[in-house]
Amino acid sequence: MTDVAVVAFAQSKHVAADPNRNEVEMLMPVVAEALEQAGLEREEIGFVCSGSCDYLLGVPFSFVTALDAIGAWPPIRESHVEQDAAWALYEAWVRLQHGDVDTALVYGFGKSSLGDLHEIMTLQLDPYYLEPLWPDMVSMAALQARAYLDATGKTERDLAEVVVRSRAAAASNPNAIVAGTTTADALLKEQTTIAPLRTSDCPPITDGAAVVILATADRARAISERPAWIRGIDHRIEAHSIGVRDLATSRSTALAAGRAGAADDKVDLAEMHAQFSHEELIVRDALGLDDSATVNPSGGPLAANPVMATGLIRIGEAASRISAGGGDRAVAHASSGPCLQHNLVAVLEGE
Amino acid sequence: MGDGAGETLIDEHVLEFPGGYKRSVGPVVGRFLTGLRDQQLVGVRTPAGRVLVPPAEYDPETSAAVGERPEDFVPVGPEGVVTTWAWVREPRPKHPLDRPFAWALIRLDGADTGMLHALDAGTEDAVHTGMRVRPRWRAERVGHITDIECFEPA
Repeated sequence: MTDVAVVAFAQSKHVAADPNRNEVEMLMPVVAEALEQAGLEREEIGFVCSGSCDYLLGVPFSFVTALDAIGAWPPIRESHVEQDAAWALYEAWVRLQHGDVDTALVYGFGKSSLGDLHEIMTLQLDPYYLEPLWPDMVSMAALQARAYLDATGKTERDLAEVVVRSRAAAASNPNAIVAGTTTADALLKEQTTIAPLRTSDCPPITDGAAVVILATADRARAISERPAWIRGIDHRIEAHSIGVRDLATSRSTALAAGRAGAADDKVDLAEMHAQFSHEELIVRDALGLDDSATVNPSGGPLAANPVMATGLIRIGEAASRISAGGGDRAVAHASSGPCLQHNLVAVLEGE
Repeated sequence: MGDGAGETLIDEHVLEFPGGYKRSVGPVVGRFLTGLRDQQLVGVRTPAGRVLVPPAEYDPETSAAVGERPEDFVPVGPEGVVTTWAWVREPRPKHPLDRPFAWALIRLDGADTGMLHALDAGTEDAVHTGMRVRPRWRAERVGHITDIECFEPA
């Protein structure tokens, strides 16, 4: 295996709605910031990969337009996943294993404000049994939340405690759009929207983008004083139908975590792509984290959820903390599909 | 916007495939959907003996093909039990019901998996995991999941 590390990470100042900038305009300063961090020129990047969703903008091949943020002349080697950019990072990691290029730039972006995200996500569901009923994104999540509470004996208060901790952590994150001090009592006074979930259990609608730069062995050491080495990365998927799964657990997360070696040593911090409060508890169990690990120090997706960049941001946030000396070993998790269908786990370490 | 400040310009744009767009639902999904027209609920048995409802063409555990023999299809329901649910206080326009309702995963009698549908139970207090429910059929049925209008307490 070729050693690969995260050597730069930049993200937009996320907002609930950015009506004045298109995707390219949103991305360009973030790309520039990441390249500057790494001290690299555009032409030095060996491979580019992006993650986005055409349904957000409502036009086909919108990701091609976004390439203007990178500049595709002279020709570049480039790919795209119609998925969270955490999977674009996975593709870039695989690409770097070939050994002919030693840097890769990964970006993800999404403007959830343009349409009705909760119904756009319905369009990812099977067209025979699910989509005709129009279960929205929060309804699907709420079914999993109830299954989790039923199976574990936990309560809506446990969900509220996740929100309290997330908002407190987000207070020191300049990119968070939901942050601050609150209490479980205050949150529980709020009416449920789709019970057992409240608005506070759900991620905010967010426009934003993120960029990660990867580099191999010697190049990484030349670029960064303390690269965040990807010591393990794996992704696993479960059946699409939520009716055939045990919704109280995340088998695919546990499998990916095992193969990535998440539990092989002490975990200092974990960034999880848990869009809903109960997902954090389910993923935390699946990753096998003990109480010593700091969970979502950025505030996580409950603080800012730029769809298609949110998973990549988990890897970037974890890597930034490793590189800054805020920990020696981190686990980053990304998720895709309804009710945690598809999960990616990466283990990041400093030297 | 220029001179038309405050005025919203709306353009209707419809994109259609010439001749329409048709999908085949295949022998397994098709069997289930066709059954709905006759108020019949059918599941499919995997090689391991698990009955999938709604049916899939593969075993979610092993990926083995299912539904290749006529005897693999088994009648299920019509009643079932709620395995998890979510209460919708304010339905969206596209939701199956226009009044507060529950989404429910329903394990039909004889099935080993859950099927998603709407549950018309009146109030949130009337819904609980483990409750028994039955389908409410539409008068006109076309072989579509929405041939079941919703489920109701049994």
